[in-house]
Formats: sequence, C-alpha cells, structure tokens
Amino acid sequence: MKFLQTPWQTVGPFFAPALVQPGMEVLGDANTNGKRIEIEGQVLDGDRAPVTDAMIEIWQANAAGRYDHPEDPQHNIPLDPTFHGFGRAATDKAGRFRFLTIKPGPVPGPNGKLQAPHINVSLFARGLLRRLITRIYFPDEPLNLEDPILNLVPENRRPSLIARQIDGHRFEFNILLQGDDETVFFEV
Amino acid sequence: MASFVGYRPEDEKAHPPYLYPDYVSTRKRAPSRPLIRIPHTVSEITGPRLVRPISAAGSTDLTRFNGGEALGERIIVAGRVLDEDGRPLPNLTLEIWQANAAGRYAHEADKHDAPLDPHFSGSGYVITDSEGNYRFLTIRPGAYPWANHYNAWRPSHIHFSLFGPGFASRLVTQMYFPGDPLLELDPIFNSIPDPDARKRLVASFAIELTIPERALGYRFDFILRGRNSTPMEQAR
Repeated sequence: MKFLQTPWQTVGPFFAPALVQPGMEVLGDANTNGKRIEIEGQVLDGDRAPVTDAMIEIWQANAAGRYDHPEDPQHNIPLDPTFHGFGRAATDKAGRFRFLTIKPGPVPGPNGKLQAPHINVSLFARGLLRRLITRIYFPDEPLNLEDPILNLVPENRRPSLIARQIDGHRFEFNILLQGDDETVFFEV
Repeated sequence: MASFVGYRPEDEKAHPPYLYPDYVSTRKRAPSRPLIRIPHTVSEITGPRLVRPISAAGSTDLTRFNGGEALGERIIVAGRVLDEDGRPLPNLTLEIWQANAAGRYAHEADKHDAPLDPHFSGSGYVITDSEGNYRFLTIRPGAYPWANHYNAWRPSHIHFSLFGPGFASRLVTQMYFPGDPLLELDPIFNSIPDPDARKRLVASFAIELTIPERALGYRFDFILRGRNSTPMEQAR
C-alpha cells in the first residue's frame, strides 16, 4: 500500500470561532523569561486592500533559544514552563493582527551557523489554497548578517522579513501578499 | 553538532498552486514571485502542539449543542492519521469546522439565506489515539452557494486543521463526500493538479463504521509528509 500525501485546501472564510479564540495571540504570562514584545501588522492583497479574513500562526523558541518540542536537541538549554511558543490570531476588519510574546533567542542552523532570533509564521486565508510561510526577524540584530536563511534571500528583498521597531517593545510586521515588493515567502 | 531529520518535500502534483484563476480569490492573494526554498532547521522540524482544547463548543460529538440535538443526517467520520511511511501519528489534534445540514455556518460573515441551527455549532476537535485513530460524530453538512461565479455551489465538505509532528507537517484541508455531483464543478476541489490526488479528499462510505439505527459511517485517512532517511548536521 502506498501512503500518498493528503492535498491541501483553503481554510476558507469561516474558520473562526472553531480555530481562533481570544487570548491565543498572547504567548507566555507574567512569569515568562525574556524581553516582552508586541508585534502588530496588517495583511494586504495585490491591490493593497486589507485582508480581513486571514489567520496567522506563530511558532518560536523561548528567550534562551529552545523550542518546546521533543525534537529540539538542545537539552542543555532550559525550557520555560510558562512558554510553549505557539500563538494564533485572526485579522480584524482593517486586516490587522497583533501578538504579545517575548523575543526569542537565537537557535542552531545549518553548517555550524547560528540563526538570528526569528519567529516562524504561517498565514491562512480564503483565496490561499495552501498556507504561506514567512519569518519575522528583528532590526539591529548582528546575527542577521550571517543568518543562513536570510542569506538565501536576495538582498533587496530581505527588508520584508525584518520587523520595524515602533518603540522599545513594539514592532510592526506587515505582510504584502502580492506585488513587486511582496513579502518573501518560503517553501519548507 | 546535532543531527536533524528533515521532512520530504510536499508533492506538487497533490497540492494546489497558489494562483488558480478559476478560484477568483486567488487572483489578488497569490504571491507573484516564486517561493524561496529553505533547508529544514530546528525551526521547521519542531512545531506547535495544541496544549489544551481550544474549541469552545463540542468536541467529538457535534450533534448535541446548547441543550438540544442538531437537525440533519447524523454521520460518523473516522480514520487514521499516518505519515508517508505508513507510520501512525498519535496524540495529534484535529480541529474540525463545517456548515450545518442546511449549508450555513455559525459565523457572522456567512450571509447565506439558510437557517441557523441553535443546536449545532459546527466546531469540534479530536485527538488521535496511540495508533493514530480518530473518530467523531457530526451532521452531514449541506451544500451552499458562494459568489465565485454565476450559480456556484460548494460541495458538502468538512474542514480539518492538523498539527503534524513539526512546523513543516502542518495540514489544512477539506473532506468531501462520495458521489457528490458538485465536485466536478468546484474550483477549490479541482485546483488539485492530479485527479487521483483529488480522490484522496473524498471519504468512503463504510458500513462497518455505521451505527445501526443511529448514524452512517464514513472513513477518511490523512497522510502527512514523511521524514527523510538521511540526517543533516547542524550546529551547537
């Protein structure tokens, strides 16, 4: 018997309230280690119209750079019992979303290089037959220069992957689905 | 150095393209540039697990809600979640959502002129057992019209969201019903390039799952990406 992949289909417009509940955009609690940050942004389509029915999921390491998952081999780095690294938000009527989390630490990458702190993003929506995958990186991060994934991206497109700092703890990360300056999306 | 075992690529014949103009909403939402392929690192190999049930209403029995029984034809949906090597995937959460028997979602954005059912939320979840099995009871969803083109109707379907073992093995899909005449007219179903792969989204009627005097049974298996055979060396 052959086991062949089950095809993807769109999430459609009616995934809430089954998938998204208030509070899922908050990662960790008052006892979580690390620098508290807020990431907000807007999802725009090829006409730069807001995408008001998207769902965004984030997956990230804790402040020390460890993922809460059995296949993260960094057993010397502690887990944070208050932090699981997953968040989910729906866009609102203006196409906007917001996450409250902590800044992740750097994690291992290929060929002996560290990966710069980043948040893994999946985007789902009506009109997206599969998810889109991108990453949120942080500005003024020395490790960005050598990050093995950023270095796979043509230099002129890298800015779409780097959040803009609004103030000490707030960052903006907009996602443009289509256009000359569209966000970089990855195939994993 | 630690070694990681990556996931096999997604099968491009099995999964829809981003741009499929017959599905009109893809035209302004599909990226216009090719995706950039990246190696699987600890970020893609690890992935979220839903640590607690998130669906407020119902769980494995969607036919009772708000103190009463939902209208419509009761069905059992059951099957297994496996990877491409046929290995069962235990303890995974499947999130479920669907229209009611009249073809209406309990969602504020659904403006279809069909009745809501106060005893049907259309939301549930189920967690696979140690052999990757899942099973839930629901109502057969109705077909409904949508604005994609003149006289467009979605075939009856149930939506599923699955967290595989890693970020790379996430799957969101729809299960359809055998013999539905709307399937061949549906651009979402037909966006799958390989006609044989489309058939994998159609459940099979299963008399052995059927509960006499109670509910018809349908079998539907999920196959998620398998693992590579060779590990990749990574730092730290």
